[in-house]
Amino acid sequence: MAPHPLRIGVGAGFADDRITPAADMAKSGRIDWLIFECLAERTVGRENLARQKNPKKGFTPWLEQRMEAVLPHCLEHGIRIVTNMGAANPTGAARVTRRIAADMGLGDVACSVVQGDDVAETIRALPGLMLMESGEPLESILPMMASANAYLGADAICEALSRNAPVTITGRVGDPSLFLAPAMHHYGWSYDDWPKLAQGTAAGHLLECSAQLTGGCFADPGKKDVPDMASLGYPIAEIGANGELIVTKLEGTGGRIDVATCSEQILYEMHDPSAYITPDCVLDITGLTLTEVAQHRVRVAGTKARPRTDSYKVTVGYFDGYIAEGQVAYAGINAVGRANLAADVVKERLRLRGFEYPEMRTDLIGMSSLHGMKPDRPEPYEVRLRIAARTNDRKAAEALGFEVRAMHVNGPAGGGGGSEPTVREILAVQSVLLDRNLVTPEVFVEGGS
Amino acid sequence: MLVYDLGHGRAGDKGDTSNISVIAYNDKAWKILQRELTAERVMDAYAHIVHGPVTRYELPNLRALNFVIEGALGGGVTRSLGQDMHGKSLSTLILTIDLPVNEA
Repeated sequence: MAPHPLRIGVGAGFADDRITPAADMAKSGRIDWLIFECLAERTVGRENLARQKNPKKGFTPWLEQRMEAVLPHCLEHGIRIVTNMGAANPTGAARVTRRIAADMGLGDVACSVVQGDDVAETIRALPGLMLMESGEPLESILPMMASANAYLGADAICEALSRNAPVTITGRVGDPSLFLAPAMHHYGWSYDDWPKLAQGTAAGHLLECSAQLTGGCFADPGKKDVPDMASLGYPIAEIGANGELIVTKLEGTGGRIDVATCSEQILYEMHDPSAYITPDCVLDITGLTLTEVAQHRVRVAGTKARPRTDSYKVTVGYFDGYIAEGQVAYAGINAVGRANLAADVVKERLRLRGFEYPEMRTDLIGMSSLHGMKPDRPEPYEVRLRIAARTNDRKAAEALGFEVRAMHVNGPAGGGGGSEPTVREILAVQSVLLDRNLVTPEVFVEGGS
Repeated sequence: MLVYDLGHGRAGDKGDTSNISVIAYNDKAWKILQRELTAERVMDAYAHIVHGPVTRYELPNLRALNFVIEGALGGGVTRSLGQDMHGKSLSTLILTIDLPVNEA
């Protein structure tokens, strides 16, 4: 029995995460596994569109830079990579990764691929599904549907890990499953060993947002200080054979990991703490305890899990028109009065041009754009007007930013810093639940010798 | 007494729902938060920008409260017209709630 616990390090916690900490982790983390979690709810939909335009695309945009930064170190130290950077095209991501390895002189690097999360054709043919968010039938958005991906679980990832490739690339999987799978694979945990699945899932939930466990999204100077934030290090989970769990961070890096940071992160994106549903189990953290066993080392215990549900959650991406936006800034005496006048003039000009918007929002940045307006709030010295609106009409969308920028010349006194008009095509997401039996995960290996 | 001086927290998003945690700095602060920071007070503080309802969960082991606020994100991250589509800044609004407690 080796006393050395499995060490799982984080390389990314969102699509646009920093890359330097991942390289540091691969270089000096003494880890067994390096995990990159890069898919938000809406990301797969966006990447589906990218793949439709170019069949070689559709994976996470920073894939190449990340692989270049970590592959040499991972291969040198025998660290295996697991990532959902495959997004809507895991096979394409595997091929790019293999090409990068070859170009760097690292040889023929095999990539295990997990697919089968794309269930668009399945749900298109399946009547009676309800959208969890709006409560309406799926049919209401079917004509605009761009993607539908099921959150696959650790069982499918484990199957891929059993092929012993240095790199495993998936599309949509449960975020915590990316961390649970290496522990299941390493220790041979069965897929119904609920106490161990609970600990592995808790580890995944804590680590899946990278720096949010180690002092990111935490600092409030003078109240909650984080040392050396510029060198914030990414977290590591040490998992024992029976699910013992210590979370820590890369040695010699900035940041902090303690009961306070872990408490904030364990509750992040959690609703009922007795029922956190993943593809692998239903996690219950109401008995969870956090203990600081040394500086930057926290023991996590007391989790429980119930059996997983009989359905997969499916994220459905669909076109939902455009969001248009424009901004212009005012300062000095009566800045708020002039910003409000500008808003009125812009709206009236849009109306006179015949444009209508089903939903429009006016913000005063510096005053009410984040927490809304309260009557007793003092007027700021400077304020930035922001107008945003939703429309299905591209011309109406373009007109909004155009009229806001015109405030430079055609608006109240001293309006400056007008923004480039922006028009975003909206890929919205909702969810449906799909019977597990209707989803077939696929695993295969690209290359290797 | 401001929640800011009793605890800290973070906001997460799922669809159109925001969850906001408040974690007490110590046992004394926990007793006050547990007693005074009700779902009703939280709803009052957010009523001008959310639809609700607010559901409150207690985690005594962590000295933490978790508030789940529905209809909080202008239709959800992908549809919101707001500047902060994820509602990450909503975590700091709860800290401005002034609880009717006289600090001894």
